[in-house]
Amino acid sequence: MNQLADTVVSHEPQPDTTSRHVRQAEVVARLQQLLPARSLLWTPEDTTPYECDGLTAYRERPLLVALPETEAEVAAVLKACHALGVPVVARGAGTGLSGGALPHRLGVTLSLAKFNKILKLDKLSRTAVVQCGVRNLAISEAAAPLGLYYAPDPSSQIACTIGGNVAENSGGVHCLKYGLTLHNVLKVKGFTVEGEPVEFGADALDAAGLDLLTVVVGSEGLLAVTTEVTVKLVPKPRLARCIMASFADVRHAGDAVAAIIGAGIIPAGLEMMDKPMTAAVEDFVHAGYDLDAAAILLCESDGTPEEVAEEIGRMEAVLMGAGATRLEVSADEAQRLRFWSGRKNAFPASGRISPDYMCMDSTIPRKRLADILIAIAAMERKYGLRCCNVFHAGDGNLHPLILFDANDPDQLHRCELFGADILETSVRLGGTVTGEHGVGVEKLNSMCVQFSPEEREQMLSLKRAFDPHELLNPGKLVPTLHRCAEYGRMHVKKGLLPFADLPRF
Amino acid sequence: MQHDDPALQAVVDQVREAASREAPLRIAGGDSKAFYGNPVEGTLLDTRPLAGISSYEPSELVITVRAGTPLAEVEAVLAERGQCLAFEPPRFGAGGTVGGMVAAGLSGPARATAGGVRDHVLGASLLNGRGEVLSFGGQVMKNVAGYDVSRLLAGSLGTLGVILEVSLKVLPRPAASASLCFAMGQADALDCVNRWAGEPLPLSASAWFEGRLWLRLAGAQAAVRSAIATLGGERLDDREAEAFWTSLRDQQHAFFAGLPLWRLSVAATTPPLALPGESLIEWGGAQRWLISTEPARRIRDAARAAGGHATLFRGSVPGVAAFDAVSPPLARIHRQLMTSFDPQHLFNRGRLYPSD
Repeated sequence: MNQLADTVVSHEPQPDTTSRHVRQAEVVARLQQLLPARSLLWTPEDTTPYECDGLTAYRERPLLVALPETEAEVAAVLKACHALGVPVVARGAGTGLSGGALPHRLGVTLSLAKFNKILKLDKLSRTAVVQCGVRNLAISEAAAPLGLYYAPDPSSQIACTIGGNVAENSGGVHCLKYGLTLHNVLKVKGFTVEGEPVEFGADALDAAGLDLLTVVVGSEGLLAVTTEVTVKLVPKPRLARCIMASFADVRHAGDAVAAIIGAGIIPAGLEMMDKPMTAAVEDFVHAGYDLDAAAILLCESDGTPEEVAEEIGRMEAVLMGAGATRLEVSADEAQRLRFWSGRKNAFPASGRISPDYMCMDSTIPRKRLADILIAIAAMERKYGLRCCNVFHAGDGNLHPLILFDANDPDQLHRCELFGADILETSVRLGGTVTGEHGVGVEKLNSMCVQFSPEEREQMLSLKRAFDPHELLNPGKLVPTLHRCAEYGRMHVKKGLLPFADLPRF
Repeated sequence: MQHDDPALQAVVDQVREAASREAPLRIAGGDSKAFYGNPVEGTLLDTRPLAGISSYEPSELVITVRAGTPLAEVEAVLAERGQCLAFEPPRFGAGGTVGGMVAAGLSGPARATAGGVRDHVLGASLLNGRGEVLSFGGQVMKNVAGYDVSRLLAGSLGTLGVILEVSLKVLPRPAASASLCFAMGQADALDCVNRWAGEPLPLSASAWFEGRLWLRLAGAQAAVRSAIATLGGERLDDREAEAFWTSLRDQQHAFFAGLPLWRLSVAATTPPLALPGESLIEWGGAQRWLISTEPARRIRDAARAAGGHATLFRGSVPGVAAFDAVSPPLARIHRQLMTSFDPQHLFNRGRLYPSD
């Protein structure tokens, strides 16, 4: 939809056009020796489709787009770029929401779209070996005849690729029970910035030495280029049922979330929508949502029929005890999917009621759900903009959707301030600026607030351990000290500078 | 992390002082896992004064604990609220600490079904070799702000810095559990556990030893009941079963008295390994303990051929490093990563990789 359209933002000093042309000619000439003509794009008509990802506010054309078809070609491109000192930005389906695949003006975009084969599906070991460009949902579809599926299910799962999921450590609505990408990946194969083949993780449950998979997953393409992933598959539950519960007050709904977890239940999914969001999605999907409720909770149980019956009974009791004003339990699969249809369509539904929207992605401790909702309501008044809220309530991950009109520069400006305010409030409440969409270029400034200069410098130095010349997706994920200084404030964490009087060495 | 704490200040002072002399430090809590890894030289840095539970909120499923806190204390506090560390960290002695648990990165019988230590680390504070107190991750389940340094600490054996505090995901104890036993050869047992893991059954742990396969089920009452009916086998007395799984977790089982003890971490479906010696298999086939005097090279080659690696877990063998070597590009990244956290290699020098 029209997510924050048409504002080109660029932070790098721009070299003059002539020198860019010279550089482009040099890189094209070099890569033409390595890849067939059909695998290289550099004219503006051809590179424009690559100028942004799902975060369309940020656009940039790369020097060149390379579409390798084999691992040998990936290695060759990386070696050549390394020798020339050219930045490389790997790209999957381009569905990311934080600008992680935004091209580098003087770099090569490495599209891995042609790596789209499922190489192996094994019932006994419950694993799939897939190339990085395989779509998330395609893995589950291929595994269905084996009674298995790949658990992480980001809402873009029909389009997003497993390579992108690895880059972002993607979640989804079932990750409270089934974990994030990191928890469902055994091994990542790919290449170092120098073009050397490398493997992180193993076919076993652990690998020798430092567990580099923990940092490679979620590294937004800054540490290595992924070409192949071994994922875990899990048995498909025999049954899933969903409870839709209405609450007259957001605080009651927030407390109900805590009460369910406190009762020792880990639901397969636990999602919340506020009243404006419910109205927007009901208008779109006609699922029969309770339009009078201040908040709606969707609470899912999966497993064997006996298990689900037992858990649904416990959940109903807890929800009633927490003050639910209405409860409905899905009677069959069609009704369960109807309950979910609105939640899954929250973003397009917002696109229908507003020219543009900006989606935030912070996480807070669950117990602060009501506090952040109340704070966001106050911000709506402060910035004069409306906001609809959907939450992965089970794990405290918020997706406030700020509604605005990008054609009005003042609205755009207020929207950006509103968004930054939500992120900084989330950090103050003990949370984080991004739960699952990644930092990319979008949240670089917020990283200045969440981390101290020493913490950011440690992360930058971690990158250099993998990529000494900082050529892989440079300028994303971790802001430079200079950028944070420009962001304009001396950040004092928790009211204290850590060891202000301590000499550093 | 409270920065104005005297115990923390003392640790910072000790690191600063060691750094000024480039004198290596050996980090230890209860020293219950001193046997694990290569020998370390250096002045003792005792983490135990950094003790105490900083926060625990059962409904958030998160506990934040300072590194020197005894693991036993944390488990007791969680048990009071019906919760647990789902990865069942081994307790090799009474004094083991939470910092040591994370640094060693070892998990117990539930690893294959519940995940390992790293999967439950949500955040950490550490003191790096520059004497800087750094925090990564947090106390929330979903967090992709920056590199996930807190999870990298799991299994790092103290080589990246002094772990000061960790936030861990905790889970409710299962509503029901039951253990079954089957008379079965190794190859059949490996096939059965892997086939069962592909069915929607509440499997929690497995072990094979001397012709018998043990299986633990855990989950909702109804799920455990119906799995018992489906799987058959001999149902064990609950108390006896718990003692059995604890003896594996803490390596008190008679099997673990033998030396040298190798741990082979391999693809779960690997057929029985053709290595002489006594074996005990856990994690659905993914963790194979072997007591064998075979040359290290043969054992490591076999593990590598099975998609994994072998660790000399207990008992030293002359000229044999505790951990398997990694590929040249990984070795370079590991070395540079350690340098990025600890430029002078002050911490636990040689423990993960023998020093040159």
